[in-house]
Amino acid sequence: MRLLNRPLGRLSRYRRGPLAGLLVVLLGLLLTGGLYAAFSPASASEDNSAAQIKQGHQLFLVGCSFCHGNNGQGVKTLDGNQLGPALVGVGAAAVDFQVGTGRMPAVKPGPQVPQKEQAYTPDEIAALAAYVASLGPGPAIPTASDYSIDHMTDEQRQEAIVRGGAIFRTNCSACHNFEGSGGAMPNGGFAPKIRGVEPKYIFEAMLTGPQAMDNFSNGNLSVEEKQDIIAYLQSLQDNPDYGGFGLGGIGPVSEGVFAWLLGIGSLVGVATWIAAHTARSSKQKAES
Amino acid sequence: MSLDTSKIADTNSGTAATAKKPGKAGAVAGWADDRLGLATLMRKNLRKVFPDHWSFMLGEIALWSFVILLLTGTFLTLWFTPSMSESVYEGSYSQLRGVPMSDAYASTLHISFDVRGGLLMRQMHHWSANLFIAAMFVHMMRTFLTGAFRKPRELNWVIGATLLLLGILEGFAGYSLPDDLLSGTGLRIADGLIKATPVVGSYMSFFLFGGEFPGDVLIPRLYILHVLLIPGLLLALIGAHMLLLVFHKHTQWPGPGRTEQNVVGYPMLPVYAAKAGGFFFMVFGVTALMGALLSINPVWKYGPYDPSQVTAGSQPDWYMGIAEGLLRIMPNWETHIWGHTISWNVMIPGQIAPFLLFGMVIGWPFLEQWVTGDRREHHLLQRPRNAPTRTAFMAAMVTEYGLLWAAGGNDILATHFHWSLNSITYFMRTAIFVVPPIVFYVTRRWCIGLQRADNNRVLHGYETGIIMRSPDGGYSERHLPIGEASAYTLTARQRDEIHEVDSDVDENGVVAPGTRAERIRAKLSKGMFADNVQKPTAEELEEARHHAEHTHELESGLDHPASGHEFDDHALRDADDVPLRQH
Repeated sequence: MRLLNRPLGRLSRYRRGPLAGLLVVLLGLLLTGGLYAAFSPASASEDNSAAQIKQGHQLFLVGCSFCHGNNGQGVKTLDGNQLGPALVGVGAAAVDFQVGTGRMPAVKPGPQVPQKEQAYTPDEIAALAAYVASLGPGPAIPTASDYSIDHMTDEQRQEAIVRGGAIFRTNCSACHNFEGSGGAMPNGGFAPKIRGVEPKYIFEAMLTGPQAMDNFSNGNLSVEEKQDIIAYLQSLQDNPDYGGFGLGGIGPVSEGVFAWLLGIGSLVGVATWIAAHTARSSKQKAES
Repeated sequence: MSLDTSKIADTNSGTAATAKKPGKAGAVAGWADDRLGLATLMRKNLRKVFPDHWSFMLGEIALWSFVILLLTGTFLTLWFTPSMSESVYEGSYSQLRGVPMSDAYASTLHISFDVRGGLLMRQMHHWSANLFIAAMFVHMMRTFLTGAFRKPRELNWVIGATLLLLGILEGFAGYSLPDDLLSGTGLRIADGLIKATPVVGSYMSFFLFGGEFPGDVLIPRLYILHVLLIPGLLLALIGAHMLLLVFHKHTQWPGPGRTEQNVVGYPMLPVYAAKAGGFFFMVFGVTALMGALLSINPVWKYGPYDPSQVTAGSQPDWYMGIAEGLLRIMPNWETHIWGHTISWNVMIPGQIAPFLLFGMVIGWPFLEQWVTGDRREHHLLQRPRNAPTRTAFMAAMVTEYGLLWAAGGNDILATHFHWSLNSITYFMRTAIFVVPPIVFYVTRRWCIGLQRADNNRVLHGYETGIIMRSPDGGYSERHLPIGEASAYTLTARQRDEIHEVDSDVDENGVVAPGTRAERIRAKLSKGMFADNVQKPTAEELEEARHHAEHTHELESGLDHPASGHEFDDHALRDADDVPLRQH
């Protein structure tokens, strides 16, 4: 006991010293901050230097504030509808997805904002993301280690594809169709085609739930499960169409169109051809 | 036309003809005939005459598709396992390896990826099923529009309708067999339709599925329906359909030399055997090409059936599309009485409306027969324009079908044309009641206009395209008389008779029984036929001929189209540049 007590005993001599209170407060702050940093959800802390946030705010005021408000607080129309939602807490990932895929800035309000050409450079997108991330904590832009499936061995990838298929059919195909060809949503909205989309954007879409889509946070679908889905979508892209021309991958409607137009169309053509060629009983030309 | 008489014997002198020793084939035929007695049967039927027209071959597409279905279907049964017991897939399609699934689905994957030619056979089977039912529809429309259902063919009309219904049922059973996500979703809808039956619905569903949906007995049950019961019925009814065709003889288009008593065409052997046989190979070829090149029902992409899953773009095959469309646009109506729910929202679109629409088309011939009171046999076809009300009815029904079809694919329409799903639904709810009547009216007037044009051709000739200027400066188009044969063909139809009620009361002054029905009949008769244009009478024809006599004279002896100079004084001039008038 004495051995243990000794150093503490020595230290305790300074406990009433003039600097002791300051030191304890400092240690407490460090501990709290460190613990928070260790356990809090990954926040956009990497690049949000003040200058970048400032640049982002300037861009935001020009390109986004009309609908989202000068401080990202959202704008309501006169009849109470939401012109642009509040962006506090949506995180850098949402900005990277919306602006990176060209959905934002929107051309006009409507049931759904379509994808188009990117309007900003990657640096500007990063600045906008940093600014929006500074409004409140939200999911950060995923890194390549999150969404890339290149690290998988063939065997791991194979297993990921099988798992991803199961997750995809349970969670995604109801709106995005069995092949990721997309589908209709109420009132003019639609679930877009997701075959051939970059893994980063697939990951971000699941993470942030853009527009009408549900939000699949990392607590809901883990990073590994998201990678499984990315692997499955990639495999749909890589696999050949075993059955021939895929007819758009939209199910039996296009099959019916082909059965009628191509099948019945050509067979009626054949019938006309056969009926138009009457038989001659001899090789001589019939005399009239 | 003159007969070639060179091969006919013109003398009875010389040696008597003796039969030559039969050749090898003849000996075999003789042997078989001695035992089977087929010669008598064949002698008549091999020379059976069939008329030639492209529209008479539409039913053949269905027939040959059915043969292809039997051939490819037999191939598929060799590997398909109709079982819902679960196993883990270990076949060559890597994306599903290790996934638990039913044996039915696993064996479908096995056929698609591990059996040589299996995927081709599956796709051919599915394409030819789509073509089979489509061809039956087209054939039925041809029969309807030409009046080929009239006496003595009413029974064959009903057999054909039964074949169509059975074909659709057979197709749906086949669609459900692979037990993939799409077929399971389809069965779930079928389950809903059954359960929507008032009072007994849930009992019927439990009976069919052997308990709660999806259960584990349905696939084996559907399999027996699909490979044994329904094909057996189809085969028997197709046999009856074709026996009746032979017995009635085929209908033909009217024309010179064609009457209600004869059939003008070519004999079964060799001409029709070659044509029909050749057509089989063409149908087979088209089906094989489609099966080889166009993907149909990629079950491996849908995944095994799991009641908790569904995919966007879940659709039935095209022939169930109108039921799907009805379901999709139906408002959500329900009635609750004494703790019991009557699901109008499923019962009307699933159980009532499709059969009502189908019944209207099937019942039309009988309605028409009752209204006209026509009990004569008809072997000469009618042109669709000469039955305007009937043609307009079919056009309206086709429109209704098309609208419901489109409603069934509303999600595909929404994504591909950037329309709102809700707007499509609201539009269709109105359109299915508004558009068919408009189509009916337009088609009817159109047909009557065509009838009028036919009469003009008969009475005033065809339009030559030659514009003549009269001395006083007016312009007119020359008409030249059409040929005798065309005139005959255009007028080879019967006049419509409008039924009228003779008297409301019998000789004692009492209201006669059946008067109300007779009145309805008279009203319908007036509605159906009163506006039709009847063919010109003999007097009208005579008058028109007299009127056109001068033209006739000018035109006679012409073996090329008139140039216009037959009618002016061009031939009397000695130079081309002589001016007509001196100013």
